[in-house]
Amino acid sequence: MNEEIKLLKGNEAIAQAAIRCGADGYFGYPITPQSEIMETLMEMRPWETTGMVVLQAESEVAAINMVYGAAGCGKKAITSSSSPGISLKTEGISYIAGAELPCVIVNVMRGGPGLGTIQPSQADYFQAVKGGGHGDYKLIVLAPNSVQEMADHTALGFELAFKYRNPVMILSDGVIGQMMEKVQLPPQKPRRTEEEIIAQCPWATLGKPATRKRNLITSLELDPAEQERNNERFQEKYKVIQENEVRCETYLCDDAEYLIVAFGSSARISQKAVEDARKEGIKVGLLRPITLFPFPVKELRKLADRVKGILVVEMNAGQMIEDVKLATECRVKTEHFGRMGGIVPSPEEILNELKKLTV
Amino acid sequence: MNEIIKPENLVYQKPSIMNDTPMHYCPGCSHGTVHKLIAEVIEEMNMTERTIGVGPVGCGVFIYNYLDVDFHEASHGRAPAVATGIKRLLPEKLVFTYQGDGDLAAIGTAETIHACNRGENIAIIFINNGIYGMTGGQMSPTTLEGMKTSTSPNGRDVALNGYPLNITKLVNDLEGTCYVTRQSVHTAAAVRKAKKAIRKAFENSMIPGKGTSFVEIVSTCASGWKMTPVKANKWMEENMFPAYPLGDLKNVE
Amino acid sequence: MAKIKGTITVNTERCKGCEVCITACPTNVLGMTKEVNKKGYHYAYMLNEDDCIGCASCGLVCPDGCITVYKTKI
Repeated sequence: MNEEIKLLKGNEAIAQAAIRCGADGYFGYPITPQSEIMETLMEMRPWETTGMVVLQAESEVAAINMVYGAAGCGKKAITSSSSPGISLKTEGISYIAGAELPCVIVNVMRGGPGLGTIQPSQADYFQAVKGGGHGDYKLIVLAPNSVQEMADHTALGFELAFKYRNPVMILSDGVIGQMMEKVQLPPQKPRRTEEEIIAQCPWATLGKPATRKRNLITSLELDPAEQERNNERFQEKYKVIQENEVRCETYLCDDAEYLIVAFGSSARISQKAVEDARKEGIKVGLLRPITLFPFPVKELRKLADRVKGILVVEMNAGQMIEDVKLATECRVKTEHFGRMGGIVPSPEEILNELKKLTV
Repeated sequence: MNEIIKPENLVYQKPSIMNDTPMHYCPGCSHGTVHKLIAEVIEEMNMTERTIGVGPVGCGVFIYNYLDVDFHEASHGRAPAVATGIKRLLPEKLVFTYQGDGDLAAIGTAETIHACNRGENIAIIFINNGIYGMTGGQMSPTTLEGMKTSTSPNGRDVALNGYPLNITKLVNDLEGTCYVTRQSVHTAAAVRKAKKAIRKAFENSMIPGKGTSFVEIVSTCASGWKMTPVKANKWMEENMFPAYPLGDLKNVE
Repeated sequence: MAKIKGTITVNTERCKGCEVCITACPTNVLGMTKEVNKKGYHYAYMLNEDDCIGCASCGLVCPDGCITVYKTKI
């Protein structure tokens, strides 16, 4: 299958991209607005073509623990859910981070808290970026804002997960999951053989040959000195990720006097607001973080020194705005605009908020 | 006497997969005996290089320090799901879970039921001593009526805490299970039977599509029951066995 | 008919003095020592070594795999 163009929903793009990048196993559970991911995989039956396993679990808790098991064997494991389901998975995610296992976890966000709504939201930013579960750990968090990026980030997610032996979260939302766009899928990569896995992941539990001691996948360490060393190792890894893996995009920032910072679908809407504002003579640019961890601190700081105000647009009560203020050390006026409950803001609303900032 | 001690006269010894790390289990605890049987079976099946064990949270959590095979340490109750993830992607490996009653029949009930219902080709080794041992002897779902624990100091009160949960009977009703049995390891004869059962379970798990094998080992917790190991074995016979009768509930050939 | 003779060795430092082997022995060979090992446990030993028939019941039930059993015909 070459790299042909398809018209797909964001959720479908994740499913097809997972097959294409040689995923070994998907373990999921139904929850709106991301059920199409598992539905697509069940429709495509990759177990007959690439040998990829697709299994519906009895709960999100079971699904993340199936991922934990598969990942501990060095396999490419992926799961997906939406906000409440991700809350159920957070214990497992903390274990996966503590055991330093690679995997991809997709969160197609919906409005919270509690059962909330099935409409889109970005209110899980803190949960994704600040850890969500117990203990000092970080997820690498990718924030797609198009169906193309849903596919690209699936491949990138596995690459970063194995590069750093760390879980990667794709933080999407109901808008991107459900909308259809053209997408170019990556070429089919063969799944790795057991020998390739042993070479790439000597820590994987594939059965202990006489030539090595047994491998152990665990996050348990009762000796505090040893557990501190583990934690120092994790923190060192996160520093390296912060220095090397930041991805972001700027739009019309060169001469910008004001800046909008937004990720995911909010960035798409904000881009229209930027264009409308420019028509009215307001020099505004857009910074779109693509990695939420690692956060684009340097890039933001550079822009902050040149603008008179920052508007952070995110479909929540104001979460990423805290990281923006931290990055810029509050040196510039920074305001938040966001609808909640599943309401998606319009470019006009964003433009009006921007104007308040420029007064 | 020493002339008898010669390799050719050897009748029984600790299996080599069970290493020399001293085990943290309390004196007389069934965990150690079952660890030994698992090690013997893996060795006799020549599966050391193809075995992946999944340990629980509970007293048995340190099984991976005592058996020299690859291991996963699962979060509390999730071992059957972890094992599912492993076995589905590595069908030619021997995959088993090792769990206590708190792990398997309380927090992990759903994982237990659904792994068995899917007929995962794994073996589940279930140590049932009616108590949470690691955390200091609290009541568990299989604690017997009237049985004293640190959270049922006056004896389990059914009106307050419900009935002892016979999880093995539940999984026996699931078509996904092919072998469901209750064993014990408190006498030599029982140990021999338990070893056969574990061997049967492990062999079943290597036959694609055969289904899940579920081996409950009715066990003691001398510390939690506040008895000597010998008395605990006696108490188990008189109290645990009537509630959890030994023998095969199902054995699909 | 040749007489069966058995004997055992005990890993005295690994033994936790649980005494389960004593009850398992069909010929009442085993007892607990007066001395204690480094962990402070009395440990199993052959009180009546002549009666050992090498049936390995003690070895089978020992939770810590401390007992190695030998048997021969004399």
